[in-house]
Amino acid sequence: MGRYVLRRLLQMVPVFLGTTFLIYVMVWAVPGDPFEGKCGERDCPESYVSAMRERFNLDDPLLVQYAKYLGNLVQGDFGLTSSGLQVADRIAATFPVTLKLALVALVVEAVIGITAGVVSGLRNRGFLDSLVLVSTLFLISIPVFVTGYVVQLVFGLQLGWISPTVTSPTIGNLIVPGFVLASLSMAYVARLSRASISENRRADYVRTALAKGLPQRRVVGVHLLRNSLIPVITFLGTDLGAFLGGAIVTEGIFNVPGVGGLVFRSILTKDGAMVTGVVTVLVLVYLLMTLLVDLLYAVLDPRIRYD
Amino acid sequence: MSRARLVPAAVAVAVVAAGCGGAEEAPAGSNTDAAITIFNTEPENPLVPGNTTEVGGSRVLDPLFTGLVEYRAEDAQPVNAMAESIETTDSKVFTVKIKQGWTFHDGTPVTAKSFVDAWNWTAYGPNGTQGASFFSQIEGYDEVHPKDPDGADGPQEAPTPTVQEMSGLKVDGDHQFTITLSEPFSVFPVTIGYEVFAPLPEAFFKDRKAFEDSPIGNGPFKFVSRAVGTDIKLTRYDDYKGDDKPKFKDLTLKVYQSRESAYADLVANNLDFIEELPPNALAGKKYETDLGDRVVQRETLNMQTIAMPFYLPPYDNVDLRRAISMAINREEITQRIFEGTRKPADGWVHPLMKGYQPGQCGDYCAFNPEKAKESFAKSGYTGEILLLSNTDGGHQEWAEAVANSIKNTLGVEARFVPSTSFGEFRQKVNAHEMTGMYRAGWIADYPSIENWLTPLYRTGASSNDGLYSNPAFDAKLAEADKAPGEEEAIGLYLEAERIMAPDMPTIPLWTQFTIGGKSDRLKVANLDPFRALDLETVEVA
Repeated sequence: MGRYVLRRLLQMVPVFLGTTFLIYVMVWAVPGDPFEGKCGERDCPESYVSAMRERFNLDDPLLVQYAKYLGNLVQGDFGLTSSGLQVADRIAATFPVTLKLALVALVVEAVIGITAGVVSGLRNRGFLDSLVLVSTLFLISIPVFVTGYVVQLVFGLQLGWISPTVTSPTIGNLIVPGFVLASLSMAYVARLSRASISENRRADYVRTALAKGLPQRRVVGVHLLRNSLIPVITFLGTDLGAFLGGAIVTEGIFNVPGVGGLVFRSILTKDGAMVTGVVTVLVLVYLLMTLLVDLLYAVLDPRIRYD
Repeated sequence: MSRARLVPAAVAVAVVAAGCGGAEEAPAGSNTDAAITIFNTEPENPLVPGNTTEVGGSRVLDPLFTGLVEYRAEDAQPVNAMAESIETTDSKVFTVKIKQGWTFHDGTPVTAKSFVDAWNWTAYGPNGTQGASFFSQIEGYDEVHPKDPDGADGPQEAPTPTVQEMSGLKVDGDHQFTITLSEPFSVFPVTIGYEVFAPLPEAFFKDRKAFEDSPIGNGPFKFVSRAVGTDIKLTRYDDYKGDDKPKFKDLTLKVYQSRESAYADLVANNLDFIEELPPNALAGKKYETDLGDRVVQRETLNMQTIAMPFYLPPYDNVDLRRAISMAINREEITQRIFEGTRKPADGWVHPLMKGYQPGQCGDYCAFNPEKAKESFAKSGYTGEILLLSNTDGGHQEWAEAVANSIKNTLGVEARFVPSTSFGEFRQKVNAHEMTGMYRAGWIADYPSIENWLTPLYRTGASSNDGLYSNPAFDAKLAEADKAPGEEEAIGLYLEAERIMAPDMPTIPLWTQFTIGGKSDRLKVANLDPFRALDLETVEVA
C-alpha cells in the first residue's frame, strides 16, 4: 500500500511538469496583445508594456521563461498578477470558497443521488422507479446555466425567498448554488447507483445473506450497498475535482467569489501568471482526488489490493 | 416582491459605526449617514492614480482623489477644484495657484509639491506607468521618458533617463507652480481633470507598497478596506474642503463576476447602482418592466464610427467614402436595432462638447439614396465592400444592418466580416492589416473638442490608425493649439473639422446613451458623461 501510494505520488511529477508547461505555453500564446484592455479602451504606453514584459520575462525564449516560472513555483512563489497582487494570496482566498461550494454540491449529489438510486433500484419498474428515471432525464437534459438562471429568477427575484446572489460565502448561502451545481451529477449518480443496485440485487452473495436470515436492512445497507457503490465513488471523486475547477458558470450566476470566477476573469484579462497558478493547483487537486478514489476502492472491496 | 437583505444590515452597521458623528445640513428626508453599494469590476492595476486608466480602478480612485480641475457632471466642463486659478497668456506657460488648507486623508497638507512630485513620478519612464503619455506635452518629458529604440516588443531597452524631473514643472512656493509646455496647447487646462494628474502624498514616495494596499488621497472619500475579488470600502472624508461633498457616508464598490448577476441584485434592491445594464436586460427593453422608474439614462461621451483604411484601395477613394456614408440609414438603424438608445451623429465632435456645432458633416452624414448612388457611380468602383468588426461587444447586429443598408442602397455586394476578440481585432488595426473598412469607437479622454479631432485625424497621431492625412487640416489644428484663449481655439477647431468633412476620413454613425439603474433607496442618482455614478448628487432616502 505504502509503495503504491509512493509510486502514484512520483507519477504526479511528470504529469505536473507536463500540464504546467502546456498551460504556460498556451496562456501566453493566445493571439492578441496580453496587455490589451489593461489601460482601458486605449493602447498601453510603450514604457508600461516594456515594464510588464520584463516582469513576466516575456522577452526571454519560451523555455527560459518557463524554467524561471517553474523555479519560482517550486519555491512556493506563484508570482504576481499584473495588478501587483500575490497569485498565492488570491488562490488562498478563493480556494476555500470553492471548496465549500464543491462540498455542499457533493453532499447534495451523494445524499439525494444515492438515495434515489437505491430506492428506484430496489423497486424495479415501480412508480418511484419511473419517477426517478423521468426526473433524472429531465435534469440531464438541462444545462447548468439554465438551471442557475431559472432558480435565480424564480426563487431570488419572483418569490424573493433567497438573495439572488451570494452576499457572503457561508455554507448556508451556498446551499442554493450547491444544488444548482450538483443537479446534473445528482442525476447521473442516481442512475449509476440504480443500475448497480438492480444488477447486484440478484448476485449470489445477496441471496446467501438473505438465506442466512439477515434482516433486509442489513443486506441492503451493508452487503448490497458496499459492493454497488464502487462505480459511484469513482464518479463522485472525479466530480469533486470537476466541481473545484468547473464551477465557473454557477459561480458567475450567483456571484460566488471562488476559483471558477478567478480563472474566468484571469483568462479574459490574459493574466497569465494567475491562470497558470490556479490551473496548476487544480491539476494537483485532481490528481490527489483520483489517488484518494483508488485507495477507497481497496477499503470498499477487499478483493482489490495494491501490492 | 423582493427582500433587500444585505443593504439594511450594512446600514445598521454604518449607523453603529458612525457613533456620535453629527450630520450637517441634512437635505430634507435624506439619510446622510447611509451606506450604499455600487457595481464595480476588479481593478486590474495597483491603485495609484498615475498607473490606472482602466475603468475598474478608476471608479475607486475617482472618489479618493480631487485634481486641479474636475469635470462638471451636467455638461462635462472643467471647473476649478483644487486649483484657485490657472492662468496663461500664451498657452505655453501656465501658472497654477492651488487652494490652501486642503489635506490628504493622512492629515498632511496638499501643496504644489504634491502635484509636481506626482506628475514627475508618473512621467518617469522606468516606472512604466499607464498614464505617462498624458504628460507628453510638458517640457522635458522626452528626457525623463526616452523612447524605446525598437518598440516595446524589441530586445533593446529604453535608455535610462539622465534626469528624474521634467524641466517644465517648477514649484514656486507651497501653493503655486508653473507648467511650461514644449509647444503651446490651448486646451491643456482641460486635460488635467483626468485622474492621472492627481496629487500624491509624501507617504506614497516613502512606501509605495503600503500606499497601493491602502491609498491615501485628497478626495471626498477615504479608503477603508479592500477584500480583493469581493469589494472595496470607502467612507466620507469629513475634513474635505471641496464643494462636491457627498450626501451619504459609506460607499462600497462591490466586485461582480458578471453584469448579469449584478443586474439580478439590482432588481432585488440588493445593489444600489449599476452604471450600465447587461445585454440581457437591454434586449427587448426588459429593464423597463424590471426596473420601472429606477432606470437611469444619460447621453455619454462615446461615439461609434466606421474607420477607413487609407492604405487599402478602394477605401482611399473619396467618392466611395461619401457614397457609403450617404447609403447608411442611421435613423432607422438606431431606432430598430438600438431602440433609440443611440443618436445619429452629424459630425465628428460629440454633441456634449463645449463648442459643438450641429451639422458639421453636412449632407454626407444624411441618408440620401439618390446622391449616394450618384457618388458611387462617380467613384468608378463596383467590387465588394467589407465591414470588419469584433463581435464580442455586441456589434454584430448593427454591423450587419449597416452592411445591408449599403447593399440595398448602392446595389453592390456589402458584407460584414466578424472577428472574434477585441484584442485580436485591435492588433490588426494597429498593424494596418485591415482588409476592409472597420468599426471604430472613441471615448473622450478629456472633454474637449480637440480630443475628438487631433488624436484621431491628425497626420501620424496616436489613434489615427487609418492613416488619414490632410496638410490643410493639420495646419489648422496647429493654429488652434496655439490660440491664446479657449473661445478662439474652439472656433479654429471647428474650422478644422469643416476642412476635414469633405474627405470623410471616417464615417460618423451615432453617439450613445448609457442606461443604468438604481435601487429604491436612492432618491437621486445621476450618471455623469463619463459613464460613472455622479457621487455628489446621490441622495439616500
